[in-house]
Amino acid sequence: MAKQYETVIGLEVHVELATRTKIFCGCSTAFGAAPNTHTCPVCTGMPGSLPVLNKQVVEYAMAIGLATNCTITRVCKFDRKNYFYPDNPQNYQISQLYLPIARDGYVEIETGGTKKKVRIHEMHMEEDAGKLVHDEWDDTSLVDYNRSGVPLVEIVSEPDMRSPEEVIAYLEKLRQIIQYLGASDCKLQEGSMRADVNLSVRETGSDVFGTRTEMKNLNSFKAIARAIEGERERQIELLETGKTVVQETRRWDDNKENSYAMRSKEDAQDYRYFPEPDLVPIVISDEWIAEIRSRQPELRGEKLERYKKEFDIPEYDAEILTESKSMADLFEATAAICKKPKKVSNWLMVETMRLMKEHGMEPEDLTFSPENLAKLIELTEAGIINSSVAKEVFEKIFSEDLDPENYVEEHGLKTVSDEGALKAAVEKVVADNPQAAADYRGGKEKALGALVGQTMKAMKGKANPGMVNQMLREMLSE
Amino acid sequence: MGNMANKISDETMEYVGILAKLELSAQEKEAAKSDMEKMLDYIDTLNELDTSGVEPMSHVFPVHNVFREDVVTNGDNQEQTLANAPLRKEARFEVPKTIG
Amino acid sequence: MELLDLTAVELGKKIKSGEASVAEAVKAALARAEAVEPEINSYVTLDGAGALAQAEEIQKKIDSGELTGPLAGVPAAVKDNICVKGQLTTCSSKILSNYIPTFTAEAVKNLQKAGAVLLGKTNMDEFAMGSTTETSYYGPTKNPHNLTHVPGGSSGGSCAGVAAQECFYALGSDTGGSIRQPGSFCGVVGLKPTYGTVSRYGLIAYGSSLDQIGPVAKDVADCAAILEAIASYDEKDSTSVQRKDYDFTSALTADVKGMKIGIPRDYMREGLDPEVAGAIWDAAKVLEQNGAVIEEFDLSLVKYAIPAYYVIASAEASSNLERFDGVKYGYRTADYEGLHTMYKKTRSEGFGAEVKRRIMLGSFVLSSGYYDAYYLKALRVKALIRQAFDRAFQSYDLILGPAAPTTAPELGKSLSDPMKMYLGDIYTISVNLAGLPGMAVPVGKDRKGLPIGMQLIGNSFQEKTLLRAAYTYECATEKQYEAPADARLSGREA
Repeated sequence: MAKQYETVIGLEVHVELATRTKIFCGCSTAFGAAPNTHTCPVCTGMPGSLPVLNKQVVEYAMAIGLATNCTITRVCKFDRKNYFYPDNPQNYQISQLYLPIARDGYVEIETGGTKKKVRIHEMHMEEDAGKLVHDEWDDTSLVDYNRSGVPLVEIVSEPDMRSPEEVIAYLEKLRQIIQYLGASDCKLQEGSMRADVNLSVRETGSDVFGTRTEMKNLNSFKAIARAIEGERERQIELLETGKTVVQETRRWDDNKENSYAMRSKEDAQDYRYFPEPDLVPIVISDEWIAEIRSRQPELRGEKLERYKKEFDIPEYDAEILTESKSMADLFEATAAICKKPKKVSNWLMVETMRLMKEHGMEPEDLTFSPENLAKLIELTEAGIINSSVAKEVFEKIFSEDLDPENYVEEHGLKTVSDEGALKAAVEKVVADNPQAAADYRGGKEKALGALVGQTMKAMKGKANPGMVNQMLREMLSE
Repeated sequence: MGNMANKISDETMEYVGILAKLELSAQEKEAAKSDMEKMLDYIDTLNELDTSGVEPMSHVFPVHNVFREDVVTNGDNQEQTLANAPLRKEARFEVPKTIG
Repeated sequence: MELLDLTAVELGKKIKSGEASVAEAVKAALARAEAVEPEINSYVTLDGAGALAQAEEIQKKIDSGELTGPLAGVPAAVKDNICVKGQLTTCSSKILSNYIPTFTAEAVKNLQKAGAVLLGKTNMDEFAMGSTTETSYYGPTKNPHNLTHVPGGSSGGSCAGVAAQECFYALGSDTGGSIRQPGSFCGVVGLKPTYGTVSRYGLIAYGSSLDQIGPVAKDVADCAAILEAIASYDEKDSTSVQRKDYDFTSALTADVKGMKIGIPRDYMREGLDPEVAGAIWDAAKVLEQNGAVIEEFDLSLVKYAIPAYYVIASAEASSNLERFDGVKYGYRTADYEGLHTMYKKTRSEGFGAEVKRRIMLGSFVLSSGYYDAYYLKALRVKALIRQAFDRAFQSYDLILGPAAPTTAPELGKSLSDPMKMYLGDIYTISVNLAGLPGMAVPVGKDRKGLPIGMQLIGNSFQEKTLLRAAYTYECATEKQYEAPADARLSGREA
């Protein structure tokens, strides 16, 4: 009988914090600037420059630590991690090894109806590296230090996960918590959330861990799932053929669905950590922790409870809406304008979700404004447009965030409620469709639908469907 | 000085050279090895002191919580940043290719 | 040439009263430098044109009453590990031989605010690693008192420059004695402030937890005025300390009555040159005659300061110097294939032997498996050394001893035996480990005519006590600044 294997997975998750400035200097963290414009002597490692810590970084890190049930380290320090690489301008990264800001936490995940705690070993603050682009033609790499010094927290889990599903549930949970805190936008594609996967396999039932590898360069949930499957198979294959797994760092190539070792004779993994002499310790008082707690925004659980109480929406809807902070924000802002939470919830739950799925989007990618959705709801509720027109207009709002009032006006989409015009159309449809009319009169209720459809079509969708329905009934019962 | 004379192997010198990104000539290597051995013997005299229970002191003064506010103070520094570049391509630093 | 005989503060007064112009002072210093530089080599960069342009600006500000401080218009030099925007700053290393900083060090900015004219950048041991200024890529500096001897180091250029009257004062930096030891060898006054007193922003780091910028001066009054100008709390340096007192010149009173001064027995024993010991005892007597209470005591742990220092300083240096890699600034090797070769060749060609030695040692003591045994052990010993000083300062207001075991050694005699060279820092190094202020003051010369310096060590933030004792000694001995015979000769010939 073939051996059964269990996958043991731990994650190192890097999250870029949503500060305005870098961790150790007053340079902007804004995306998309021309190369090396958001730089200064500090974040480019100019000789004689010195770092000064951004207080907001500590407060975001504390907030994340508290929200993930960690113990905050009361005296924490920075250390230097020494390694040579061109994206690392000082050739050391200011990070935390000995006294990280938070330790011993957990988050609760749910997969297939089963709840589980994933423990957090520790969380530390550090600076991001610059960006390398590779010039394929002349065998060179080019360095841009705009991202150098952008603040990160690295959240290191215990090896508590056993499947790609658990890993993704864990990542989604972290993302939800951090987004709720406003500490990061956590976009995997843009790299503001990155995960390194530590993975080993062992025979089911064994209580010793196998040798683990670390996989880097995973920038989507799908890539993570594929990399886990691929690495699991690779390790099992090695063990089955009597070989051993080598502890190493591997780079996942999602196009080739393959990983390769990043090993090099010149990369001794010996970071020579020592306390950063240019920075002083951070002493965290009870008062400071209490202040961070009191400033902590409403988290998901609290929001869910409030939605159930405050808004007349189904529990399922409340759960979906609060799953992501951006969706919940959109919901609340729209409901605040139009005062119709149930309608807002419907629009988000049905049409919005459908279009998001169609375009492969996450709630964070939504760009339309609460104002325009609220206007659309008001137009519909006032009977100025009918529901099929509303859906059509919403697609425009979804993609272009346009003002529905103007759009309806410009395209003449208002519902026609003029009896004369409707009556003429209805009469023509009945005359043109004698069979359907006869069927209805003969008791086939369904036939009415076809006639309503024909009328709506004749009116280019703008007729008031209620009136059309009523008119047809009256006319055919004469 | 201590009788525990330190011996540094060629492999160790090679390894430290990789860490420090220094390539010593054969002659330099021999000298560096013997210097390092002597220094380590000297440093080992610290073991004469009982330091159990003594906190390692990295900062001499109990200064803590030195922060800056999260306010952008720097503007576009592209030209200054690149001013001393040994080799640049447009607005980026040029280095030999980092990954194959 | 009489302007050159003035101290910085004396010159400042003459400029303020209109008896001398800033341009005259600058021209005098430049002429002097031009005459003696071929022999002494105090400067890596001497910027005559720039200095004359500054002189014009500063003269205007003095005339308009905008600049009124004691150092306004006085020409000064800055050690070449302190950044000055737009001016070559090399750390006396090949690896920075083309480096032009884009910002100015805070200490230099403070000097500029005080109206200093910057003449140029002074020679040093490469990256401040050395005790003789012989490890410079730009050749050794020579001792103005005897050209066959070293000026000490690493701030050898600053101290020789002041001694040889090539500038009226200078900035140095001190990580293990690099101001006090060459100050003592060159017969000038040098002070290493309490850690955190002068901003390190713009000082190219050697051992970050030990480095301090400090004054190199002709006399104690100048030293106080310079310290007052450069000391400041700086938000850009997280280790900067907000002090209660920055009025260092107020300490210039000749009064040590009742001051308790301890002389460590461990400093005065074997290894100390008898002539130096004699001069130190004589100096102590002068202070005693002026009312100080002198006692001998056991400081303890003295011999452990050097090994602890070399672990800590080398470890920090190995990391601080990683940034010199040929990517962003400085020297890059001409021929390379691939990234790692570029790194290795750049650094191996760009750094000199002593720097490489310390980088190797520092990398080793931090490497996997050795951190606890070496680095943490050294940090624990550092704590013990600090405690020993704390105990001493419960009994004494200051500690008096030699700045170095000997007077300046001959050129070329030190580098061949680094261990011996390191031992020369035995009296100064513990002061950096404990973060304390230390000062070197000339107290005479040996038979060969080489200066001897005493070292005064104060408790944290007690620079004023040091300055008061030094000033009292200076007044009592009527010891005015004395230009070295050799350099004076060279100057006359010019």
